[in-house]
Amino acid sequence: MEESYTLEKKEKTITKESISGSEALMKCLMAEGVETLYGYPGGAIMPVYDQLYKYQDRIHHVMARHEQGATHAAQGYSRISGKVGVVIATSGPGATNLVTGIADAQIDSTPLVCITGQVSSHLLGSDAFQETDIIGISTSVTKWNHQITKAEDIPKVLAKAFFIAKSGRPGPVLIDITKDAQFEEFDFSYQKCIGIRSYKPVPIVNKKQIEAAAALINSAKQPLIVWGQGIILSEAEDIFKALVEKSGIPAAWTILGASALPTSHSLNVGMVGMHGNYGPNMLTNECDVLIAIGMRFDDRVTGNLDSYAKQAKVIHFEIDPAEIDKNVTADIAILGDAKDSLTQLLPYLEEKTYSDWHQKFKDLYAIEYDKVIKNDIHPTKEGLTMGEVIHQINLQTKGNAAIVSDVGQHQMIACRYSNFNITKSNITSGGLGTMGFALPAAIGAKMAAPERDVIAIIGDGGYQMTIQELGTVFQQRIPLKIVVLNNEFLGMVRQWQQLFFDKRYASTEMTNPDFVAIAKGYYIDAQKVTKRSELKLAVQEMMASVGPYFLEVCVEKEGNVFPMIPSGASVSEIRLE
Amino acid sequence: MCENKVYTVSIYTENNIGLLNRISAIFQRRHINIESINTSSSEIDHISKWTIVVELSEDRMKKIIGQIEKQVEVIKAYYHKEDEIIYQESCLFKIKSEFLFEERQIQNIIKDSNAKIVHVNREFFVLEKSGRTEDIELFHRELKAFGIMQFTRSGRIAVTKDEMKISEMLKVF
Ligand SMILES: Cc1ncc(C[n+]2csc(CCOP(=O)(O)OP(=O)(O)O)c2C)c(N)n1
Repeated sequence: MEESYTLEKKEKTITKESISGSEALMKCLMAEGVETLYGYPGGAIMPVYDQLYKYQDRIHHVMARHEQGATHAAQGYSRISGKVGVVIATSGPGATNLVTGIADAQIDSTPLVCITGQVSSHLLGSDAFQETDIIGISTSVTKWNHQITKAEDIPKVLAKAFFIAKSGRPGPVLIDITKDAQFEEFDFSYQKCIGIRSYKPVPIVNKKQIEAAAALINSAKQPLIVWGQGIILSEAEDIFKALVEKSGIPAAWTILGASALPTSHSLNVGMVGMHGNYGPNMLTNECDVLIAIGMRFDDRVTGNLDSYAKQAKVIHFEIDPAEIDKNVTADIAILGDAKDSLTQLLPYLEEKTYSDWHQKFKDLYAIEYDKVIKNDIHPTKEGLTMGEVIHQINLQTKGNAAIVSDVGQHQMIACRYSNFNITKSNITSGGLGTMGFALPAAIGAKMAAPERDVIAIIGDGGYQMTIQELGTVFQQRIPLKIVVLNNEFLGMVRQWQQLFFDKRYASTEMTNPDFVAIAKGYYIDAQKVTKRSELKLAVQEMMASVGPYFLEVCVEKEGNVFPMIPSGASVSEIRLE
Repeated sequence: MCENKVYTVSIYTENNIGLLNRISAIFQRRHINIESINTSSSEIDHISKWTIVVELSEDRMKKIIGQIEKQVEVIKAYYHKEDEIIYQESCLFKIKSEFLFEERQIQNIIKDSNAKIVHVNREFFVLEKSGRTEDIELFHRELKAFGIMQFTRSGRIAVTKDEMKISEMLKVF
């Protein structure tokens, strides 16, 4: 990168001294406040690992068992702490193994800085040993990426990387550093980046739009709020709660928005989307004003766009201008950071209660309770349900745990039934739906918030995609709790096969290993539950354990997740059975 | 759905490696064919200007502009309808020299069309013509009868009738 071409604003310089590129990298990381990073060594990144050895008292490197695991761990770390997650890997296969985690972070707006080693610059483009064009490969799944071939570029590119990863709508950044640049010595100095000429991360809130939004909200008869992760990313939880309470408007959440407002809050009306709650989905097509905050109208949320909230005026609060009118056309768009926007909006809102409107949510909840929820969490039939396991966890954690879920039926059940008292407590792969996410993400989450109970809820399928990270749990002594809900099926796919493919269960039945023996092989305490009568005690034992704990619960094989909006259907075609 | 039209996209960017990949990927992901693409220096030092021609609906065009502007190194992106710009394309024709001397007709075509002979030798001569798409297409049709040994055409370059206040945007930083 030619210096003059990209103009960055910088903050104070620190010390000048001649050091190697890889030592400079350590100093950049420390200047950015990085204490923990996740990674895996290899030839092209060895100079950096050598420096990690030197700086091990200040930077804790966690060796994952697979680079994908390192990215998910960094994501979990970031999602619970709000900090930038940092990942290090070698060139070639090390770098390509990062791609899934990077793509996951990109679509779920998680700030990551991934640093990959690269072959020496004179070998670039020669198909050298372990050379891959990771810049080309990662372009479409990163917010920004850059290759460094000269040590002197390390400080300014790293400063820019951290700034881009965490500002505005956060996302993953990849920096590829050639091996010669890691060795080369230069005069080091570091300045934090505080602005980039071509990049406006946070649009300025337009006061006129705020007034227009307030007028529309105040005149509404049946308004509905749908909030997403934007509330959490901008740390707007308090102002959001104040706004919900003052306005009296029922508020529903997307999967990534979960936990920003406590589950028990009387104005929290549940989850929207494919497996969301009956009330908020049905009433999306009855509200007169739909107030979307920090959410992006994902197709899993909207179902068929042609029949989504057509009767409603839509107000969209969003930091990313490209999201406005992308899927749903906004009548009023308010660009800006959610916290700023809501702070400005609050004084304009009238205090209201919408009792008739709330009653509609309650009536639909009663129907959903009767048809679905009751059977999920208080089953009377023989087989254990996923819902009752989550219910038991709720009882024992009192809703204070952070729940990290994988992808599948158990994820939908965990998100639907977990009680969340504390924000940043629902860590899951929303946009990419990445199986194998939960175990490593829970490692990162527990490391970032050791004072919290962190419980990973995983299916027997997804567990085996990153099961090797048990090695990381064991080596790092991370006292997280792992619950595998074993239905001996790739349950979610089986459910679709049952409902839409005539029960042709092609390649979804799983013959599983002895999970308890595997956990014990990694010296992790473990237990397996097959009967309802054993569940409570087992969860109790898990919660009481000081170290990591593995609990396998054998649940009914062919349980289904309802409600369900069949893909492509309208939100009001939501099925309860 | 609105109908497809030809749009010219102007993008002002930092001059950085890798940006071509990012920008072209935005079109590729949505299965939109780029009719022509040109990037060059602009009126502002160290800032590149891109001119891209695509055919799609205005609705999709707007969304793509949003995605382009979202790229960190993009300063500003615009899209223009055909009547909002002054544009030119340029092309080269390589033709056997014998025609130039023996065919009266070809001499007339060259004269009437404002094309320029930029190279002549015993075997072939090279014609250069700049103009709007239709002018070049017409010229191409006229010459085709004589056998074209090689033909190549540049991407569109365009300036807008309205002002694009990039310099002012940059001052704000
Ligand atoms: C990496 C990856 N591969 C495939 C899928 C498709 N997929 C979605 S859910 C699912 C089944 C998950 O099964 P399991 O982990 O056992 O959880 P369950 O649904 O049974 O709770 C599959 C295969 C995916 N989401 N991610």
